[in-house]
Amino acid sequence: MGRVQVGDKAEFSRMENGDFSDSELIHHFRGVLVAVSAGDRENYDELVGYLHPKGNLNPDEVAILVTTLKALSGAASYIDSVHHEALLFAVSRMSLWNYGTDVMDALLELIISLAASNGKYIDWCLEMLVKHFVPPYYLLDSLKQENGIDRKTKVLSRVHAALKEIADLVPLAPLRLSPIVVQKMPSVFSKEPEIVMYVENMLKLESGAIGEIIGSTMLPALVDRLLDLDVEIGWDGILQEDGKCIFEMELEDFTEFGDDENCDSMPPSELLNRRKLQGNLVVDKVDSLMVLTFLHLESCQSSGRLAEVFDVLLGSFQKTVLNAYKSKFTQFVMFYASALDPEGCGVKFAMVLTDMFCRDVNPPITRMSAVAYLASYLSRAKFLSAALVTNILQSLVNWCYAYCKSHNFDMNPRAHQVFYSGCQAVMYILCFRLRSLMDIPRLKLQLLNMPMEAIWKHKLSPLKVCLPTVVVEFLRQAKAAQFFMMSETFVFNDMLESDFSKAFGGMDRLDMFFPFDPCLLKKSESYIRPHFVRWSKVRTTYDDDDDNEVSDSGSEASDDDFVDRNAMDMIDDDMMVSVEGLDFTPDLNKMSITPKNSLKYGFETRCTRMPARIRPSTSPESL
Amino acid sequence: MEGLKVAKANLKVYIHPSKSNQVSRAVLRELSSLLFTYNEIFDGVVLAYDVNSLDPCAKILPGINPYIGVKLKVNLLLFSPKPDTLLEGKVVKLTQESIHLVVLGFSSAIIAEKDIREEFLCKTKRGQEVYASRTNKRHVIKVGTVIRFLVKSFDEEILHVYGSLIPEHTGSIYWLDKNLEVVSHNDRSEKKRKSEGEQIMLQQHAVNGELSSLDIVQKRKNSKKLKHQEES
Repeated sequence: MGRVQVGDKAEFSRMENGDFSDSELIHHFRGVLVAVSAGDRENYDELVGYLHPKGNLNPDEVAILVTTLKALSGAASYIDSVHHEALLFAVSRMSLWNYGTDVMDALLELIISLAASNGKYIDWCLEMLVKHFVPPYYLLDSLKQENGIDRKTKVLSRVHAALKEIADLVPLAPLRLSPIVVQKMPSVFSKEPEIVMYVENMLKLESGAIGEIIGSTMLPALVDRLLDLDVEIGWDGILQEDGKCIFEMELEDFTEFGDDENCDSMPPSELLNRRKLQGNLVVDKVDSLMVLTFLHLESCQSSGRLAEVFDVLLGSFQKTVLNAYKSKFTQFVMFYASALDPEGCGVKFAMVLTDMFCRDVNPPITRMSAVAYLASYLSRAKFLSAALVTNILQSLVNWCYAYCKSHNFDMNPRAHQVFYSGCQAVMYILCFRLRSLMDIPRLKLQLLNMPMEAIWKHKLSPLKVCLPTVVVEFLRQAKAAQFFMMSETFVFNDMLESDFSKAFGGMDRLDMFFPFDPCLLKKSESYIRPHFVRWSKVRTTYDDDDDNEVSDSGSEASDDDFVDRNAMDMIDDDMMVSVEGLDFTPDLNKMSITPKNSLKYGFETRCTRMPARIRPSTSPESL
Repeated sequence: MEGLKVAKANLKVYIHPSKSNQVSRAVLRELSSLLFTYNEIFDGVVLAYDVNSLDPCAKILPGINPYIGVKLKVNLLLFSPKPDTLLEGKVVKLTQESIHLVVLGFSSAIIAEKDIREEFLCKTKRGQEVYASRTNKRHVIKVGTVIRFLVKSFDEEILHVYGSLIPEHTGSIYWLDKNLEVVSHNDRSEKKRKSEGEQIMLQQHAVNGELSSLDIVQKRKNSKKLKHQEES
């Protein structure tokens, strides 16, 4: 043994001096590897010893390591998964993040040779590369420093180049890569920088050379993970637990709002909810991932492949997001993608949702969800043309009208939930859009010709079932716009209250699900904002007089108005009536997904507390 | 090139009831799931399919999920390289230790140094490594060359071919074709036929297709369970 050892060491020292040619070295290594199967492990063990990670390497050790790795890649086809387990294990423990560029290149060369030389190693090699998407735990913090960033680019550019090279050599490798990438994705509980970095790499893969093959799995996987995180937040629960102190907090916060410059344009109640989410680690993760996705979508747009990416997203939206119970943030990916290409993606999204609602084969829950998305989308998306909105309204109204004709029954919220959700969607869209549609004569005519009155008057009485706040606001605007007028009296004057809406939608309460309510994520919201219609900025049919006053200060006043509306989200449906009694304008306080907690807390306490606490911020207009 | 054949298969595809409104799409989807994977029943990798006829009558399986069994006749293009058959592939990487190839654009192949006949010598020309023949100066293999090689073995899971360049009639196609015209007339006719493209081969296989016609309904039934799982 000793002799061989000495010989081997001598060889390694010769190697350092450059006495060996590359091919001689490779031959020697082959011999060493082959000898293992014959039972001679001494040289092999020494070889493995060189590969085991040590602390700081001196230049000589680095040189030996590089030479060893290079020679091994020459002998890659001799590496056997049974006999050379120790060698493979040692290689698998090496991390690119710990070495300089020389070792990195040599290690990657070995990995590529292994992948190409034997089909058995392809998964192992891909996993090894995917593992490098995220640095070791102890390096995560240092990545923000300058040399950390430098190292990050060095490692990741090499990893992606290696993946590309493997894909060139083994054309089917990307097919095996995508399940590995999805499987190795950090869990919901992982740290923010970790998951963010991993997703960065996924998106890089998606837009990279092999994105064509694996792109269709990367984005859905990302959306699914976003949804996992989204569900994890469960902020319905948070708010209900803290329900008692919501209003106290709001009061305390009012003083701070003035100081916070960034939040000037934001209604305090939204800020309040945002603050509730602050400090929640999961929320930060979702926020960062959303921003990453938005940036990726932007880059897709500039490279002209947004349409194909959108198709992938749309597929995953239909499969998962749409049916997820009250998804809170994930849907904004679709919103943003639509905003980037209103003519193409924006229209397509609306059409697909309409189609999903109108098709009988879809289960009722999917159809209700689709129409809720549609209503919220058409109302909130600034980038959609009035003509498109009218056309979709037309098809919704037509569908509802046909339904009325074929179902001559009395009101039954459970049995006709799809119909009621359709009606509510029509009303909700009109709350936001009526004024702008009425300004265009052609569309006004189209609107007036829609058989809406017949629907509202039908025995199914949608006005009594749909969410009262929506109904009230709709009727108010309709009245102001002189809709449904018969001999100078408004037809629906007595239709302003309802107890039935609770039954509609069942436990899921899809009737009050408005997916594109203001996004509460701080960073993502700034991307959404330019494309987003806030209720406070909507010009309604009844505020004609304010036309000239719509100045900066005017809009701020109406922002404050929105405060109340949003704050009143906490109130039960029935509350609205009494709030109205207390000289509050009836409004779209329900146009938010903010959960209500009326079941838990008494009606009366809230009723007395609400106005008092809200008043300090209310605008003169609404008082 | 060998290793390609057309098979006529009688299949029975079981479709989930939820797809009953789009049967033909569901059938195509099911067939697409066969693509680029090795299938023992077909003894090859399905590269393409062509539905010949779809039985308008389908049997509904009794059970909790009433699956619909649709009968169809399909032509399948199969890739099944057997040892000692000749394949053609494009060189994508060349090192002193091995030649890496891609066959038909999807299957990777490697020829290790020990499987390259001694006639070839690895040289570095203009910074590029090439394998050049010692006897015929023009016979050169470099990145981008299409070569004909012998199959040693085939890894069915990864679709990885281990090849060899030991026999005389292997090497760069370009050179082999030209060379054979000059050297051997007998050989030429054979080689020329081969080089005239896959199409003729395919047609021939299609004509002789009867021998590969498989009635695999029975076997498909056995694998039904697996399929149900996939579908659901």
